[in-house]
Amino acid sequence: MTANLSKSIEPMVRANGVHKNFGALTVLKGIDLTVQRGEVMCLVGPSGSGKTTFLRCINHLERVNAGRLYVDGVLVGYEERGNKLHELHPREAAKQRRDIGMVFQHFNLFPHMTALENITEAPIRVKKQPKDKAVANAKRLLDQVGLGEKAKAYPAQLSGGQQQRIAIARALAMDPKLMLFDEPTSALDPELVGEVLDVMKELARGGMTMVVVTHEMGFAREVADQLVFMDDGAVVEMGAPPDVLNSPRELRTKAFLSKVL
Amino acid sequence: MTATQWQPSELQRTRDAYRRSRARRSWLIALLSSAVFVGALVLSVGTSPGWPRVRESFFDLSLGWQDLPGLLRALWINVQIMLITEVFVLVFAAIIAVVRTLQGPVFFPLRFVAAAYVDIFRGLPLLLVLYLVGLGLPALRLHGAPDSPFVLGVIALTLTYTAYVAEVFRAGIESVHPSQRAAARSLGLTHGQTMRHVVFPQAVRRVLPPLLNDFVSLQKDTSLVSVLGIIDIVLTAENYQSQDFKFVHYVMAGLIFVVMTVPLTRLTDWVARRQGWQGSGGGVV
Repeated sequence: MTANLSKSIEPMVRANGVHKNFGALTVLKGIDLTVQRGEVMCLVGPSGSGKTTFLRCINHLERVNAGRLYVDGVLVGYEERGNKLHELHPREAAKQRRDIGMVFQHFNLFPHMTALENITEAPIRVKKQPKDKAVANAKRLLDQVGLGEKAKAYPAQLSGGQQQRIAIARALAMDPKLMLFDEPTSALDPELVGEVLDVMKELARGGMTMVVVTHEMGFAREVADQLVFMDDGAVVEMGAPPDVLNSPRELRTKAFLSKVL
Repeated sequence: MTATQWQPSELQRTRDAYRRSRARRSWLIALLSSAVFVGALVLSVGTSPGWPRVRESFFDLSLGWQDLPGLLRALWINVQIMLITEVFVLVFAAIIAVVRTLQGPVFFPLRFVAAAYVDIFRGLPLLLVLYLVGLGLPALRLHGAPDSPFVLGVIALTLTYTAYVAEVFRAGIESVHPSQRAAARSLGLTHGQTMRHVVFPQAVRRVLPPLLNDFVSLQKDTSLVSVLGIIDIVLTAENYQSQDFKFVHYVMAGLIFVVMTVPLTRLTDWVARRQGWQGSGGGVV
């Protein structure tokens, strides 16, 4: 199989038996799944089920202990030479991350920078974009998330929903091919959830490949192509959202859904 | 405004009056207790058998006033030492703090040296460091080694204060939440870029109050360089003292230090307060 051919038919994310443990605690016990290009996958499940850890593995913020994880056909965090896996140099790992955007539960904006500076930081430092180009792009992104007038505001001066929309714009500024969302609305007041979900829906409609850890079942039903239910470090059930939500096959899925729906 | 003006109710008015009377009462009590305290102090010191001689030797301010021009001229040396030392301390302390946070086995020797340096120089009394550097270094007769007391004094102060300030910086770096690093790394920034542009600026903002505190302390400790024979403000006062055996010259020098440190102390307070709204934790306080 030539490299070019494999790339064009490769899914965006492919996980084969991904394991992760923190010391004696095994958090992921062999995750198998694929996310196709342009697809939105929602990960749901009780807390402690490993959803967030799996998301962080995709971005190599956590090291995979066993199994293979590919993003766009490229092994994440490791290099395969002969029959052995070699861990990537941190600089190479950083290079892989720049194409993957990530949005965190607690926004994690840089508090000492304005909204605009938060967005232009990575394009200028990592992609070496000229400043005026980065600023112009950032302003366009701020408009896209509906915060064009907040360019000069500091994170502490913005509401949670506004901060999270800035965080999305910051991730988009790197022009990612894949966006990871780690419970993006869990830290928000109920009336602010909608504005963030709207931005995410818009992204999904634009064809962005997204993996979303969420408790928003309404969002999952409306936007997701695949719904994955995880529990205790393993995938329990996956399929089209209406199927999983309306007629879950597994007992654990039923028990979980009865609590959140 | 057409709406009727808010009027305090009868009950509210009696409440306000009661509060005012309580406030007056607190004032009176504070005044009375202060008067008793000062009275007791004056009485006990003033009636002590040695007081007339102490007053004559230490508090003859009309005599001390004449020192002012000479002392202020000598103070310039202390100010120079302070400013030069501060610059070196900031640079070296930042380097050592960052070295101590480096990860990976390759950096073990660097980390070890940095930690050992901090442990040693935080423990050594400044006076001993001044002797070791000021008298020991020239005694080595190394070619090109500095022999000016001024330079040696700056080196000794820098060695000691860099150890303190490095710890202040390190505490700041470690206080920045790991999620900030995760966010920076997820954007593709390298470890170095993350430290320099995300972690360090936040750390410095947070440690500004303790940092200024250390500088207030440094400001005073510049007086210790007089042991190397630098004619600074303290040695000048000593010279005056050796002429008439009165200690008012030291008191004057002390007053000058107090007057000089107060603005820096107030600046520290102001910076600490100001951080409230620009909070680096992301919360609105």
